Amino acid sequence: MTMIFGVPAAVFLGQLLLGLINGAFYALLSLGLAVIFGLLKIVNFAHGAMYMLGAFATLLGMRYLGINYWAALLLAPLVVGLFGMLLERFMLRRIAHLDHLYGLLLTFGLALIFEGSLVNFFGVSGARYPTPELLQGGFQLGFMFLPKYRAFVLAAAIVVCVFTWFMIERTRLGAYLRAGTENPALMQAFGVNVPLLITLTYGFGVALAAFAGVLAAPLYPVSPNMGSNLLIVVFAVVVIGGMGSILGAVITGLAMGLIEGLTKVYYPEAANTVIFLVMILVLLLRPAGLFGKEA
Amino acid sequence: MTFIKKSLTTAVALAATATMATTAQAEISDGEIRIGYLADMSGTYRDLAGPGGLEALNMAVEDMGGSINGAPIQVFSADDRNSADVGANTVREWFDTRNVDLVSGLVASSVSIAATRVIEENNGLGIVSGSAASSITNEHCTPNHIHWVYDTYPLANGTAKAIVDQGGDSWFMLTADYAFGHALEGDVTRVVEDNGGEIVGGVRHPFPTDDFSSYILQAQGSGAKIIGLANAGADTVNAINTAAQFGVVQSGQQLAGLLVFLNDVYAMGLETTQGLLLTTGWYWNMDDESREWAERYYERVGRMPTMVQAGIYSSTMHYLQTVAELGTDDPVAVRAALGERPINDFFSRNGRVREDGRMVHDMFLAQVKSPEDSEHEWDLYEILATIPAEEAFRPLSESQCKLVQN
Repeated sequence: MTMIFGVPAAVFLGQLLLGLINGAFYALLSLGLAVIFGLLKIVNFAHGAMYMLGAFATLLGMRYLGINYWAALLLAPLVVGLFGMLLERFMLRRIAHLDHLYGLLLTFGLALIFEGSLVNFFGVSGARYPTPELLQGGFQLGFMFLPKYRAFVLAAAIVVCVFTWFMIERTRLGAYLRAGTENPALMQAFGVNVPLLITLTYGFGVALAAFAGVLAAPLYPVSPNMGSNLLIVVFAVVVIGGMGSILGAVITGLAMGLIEGLTKVYYPEAANTVIFLVMILVLLLRPAGLFGKEA
Repeated sequence: MTFIKKSLTTAVALAATATMATTAQAEISDGEIRIGYLADMSGTYRDLAGPGGLEALNMAVEDMGGSINGAPIQVFSADDRNSADVGANTVREWFDTRNVDLVSGLVASSVSIAATRVIEENNGLGIVSGSAASSITNEHCTPNHIHWVYDTYPLANGTAKAIVDQGGDSWFMLTADYAFGHALEGDVTRVVEDNGGEIVGGVRHPFPTDDFSSYILQAQGSGAKIIGLANAGADTVNAINTAAQFGVVQSGQQLAGLLVFLNDVYAMGLETTQGLLLTTGWYWNMDDESREWAERYYERVGRMPTMVQAGIYSSTMHYLQTVAELGTDDPVAVRAALGERPINDFFSRNGRVREDGRMVHDMFLAQVKSPEDSEHEWDLYEILATIPAEEAFRPLSESQCKLVQN
């Protein structure tokens, strides 16, 4: 058998593929964070909770309203996104003129409230969401057995990431948005409703998190704490990519998935820390992040 | 030299007798029996003990009539957040400001080890119900605490031995990378090798881990017949779910969950967990007595109790009955009396509290039912075998506890 660094090639390839799939999750979540931070300068600590709410909306939608997975893929981000807009309109906006730290504290507090309330009703063991029938089973790739659902997650995440990047960097709406956050007064003078634009952007970032939550529902137990476990890693990804850089978030997300995947083969004990090591290195060598602009 | 040693021992013995004599006359301290319940009320281990365990404790207090010899029983609780620091400080505060008589609950092993040290310093009494580490009554034993429900020793003895006996003789270990996981891995390795099996590989994964796909892939590549899960709670749940997605069972490997609670199986569902072998200290549907208590619990909580929650009721009940019999809540006297009392109730069969603080009782080897065999949502296990009390736990002859003469 061919060996790569002392590991059979088949195992090595399998780990790369799995790393890429996990990376797709990181990319999707850090993308939402990057959009919210890059355009609105809000350090959204409620992002993990929004991801969790997306998964819960999917689960409860199926349980009580009979909404299937495919409908949830659209509806859950929509509902959670609307909820996010309400938060922006009635809470975040009131402190928008203050230091970023206040936004961080507010969103962190909100996250704790959402998680705590759901723990009260659902406990922490988590519930299982069935894999949609169409995506059950898997492909025998020769070097590994790839569950169909994971392949779908990878594809869906990449499509959404590309779509978001295109919207923000290549369309007129995106241009308004970038201009509106750069100089709100001027844009307002041109007749653009900047506050509405900001609310919509926050809602969109939150909807991305909820979308990731829907994708996660059949993979991991749906539990109130699922977001807080992931949030710190995702923040590290955003810092490595460069706070606010959209392309940076996507590429770094995928790359960190790969690095983590390889760590799991060669030194699993460090799998949870390797991303933070990379983060420290990047902060020392390129404080603005790999794709960030130096201030 | 020997003379000095001898006279010292005599002096200590005399002093001890003197204390015993005074405490035997003592009545209930402060005119109240105060029970502090310390557990993870909001994190990973919430569902196996948590608020449900507190409810079980309250049931025991109510069943005793809420007071003993006119002294009311007061219950208070705190969330240790799975932090040894928080746990130890809470217990210290309970001793300093509330004169706590019994510390109950005690779930994460690290919290229990820290808290029982404080209990020893204050010469109080603690009953550990949720923790797994067998070291709690081995190198960390104290004269002031009892370990009630289960520990890693019978988990390995029950599940691992049964699996090797059925032909599962090559193992790949998935181990949570901290004290509890290492202890369990060690116990399992010993049992597997003693019974003619072999450990062919393993991974120590960080605690906690959400994504097990990489480790499952490594386990599949190892060619082992059995994938042993030396982890607990959410880690076990995630590992089993991931194994199901990657078709582990279909490709001929079997999973061995070494510490699986009822709430874990309920959360994962029978489709995913069917056929899983596990060792448990108690199961709600094992006989009429258990069912009767469990139904009462269910009416109050809306979920069936785990072995830990049942154990909390059982231990509290024995504690309160002992206090009632002695007429005192003095911790030394109660601890001594508990050691002489046979522990038999709906939870415990052939139970007794040994000098190292281990409450030994019959343990059970169970298998998770298939969805077709399950009659309702909480009908989850079938009990396959009983592991007798005296065989299940670490024998005193192997003990490193300072209270055991070896």
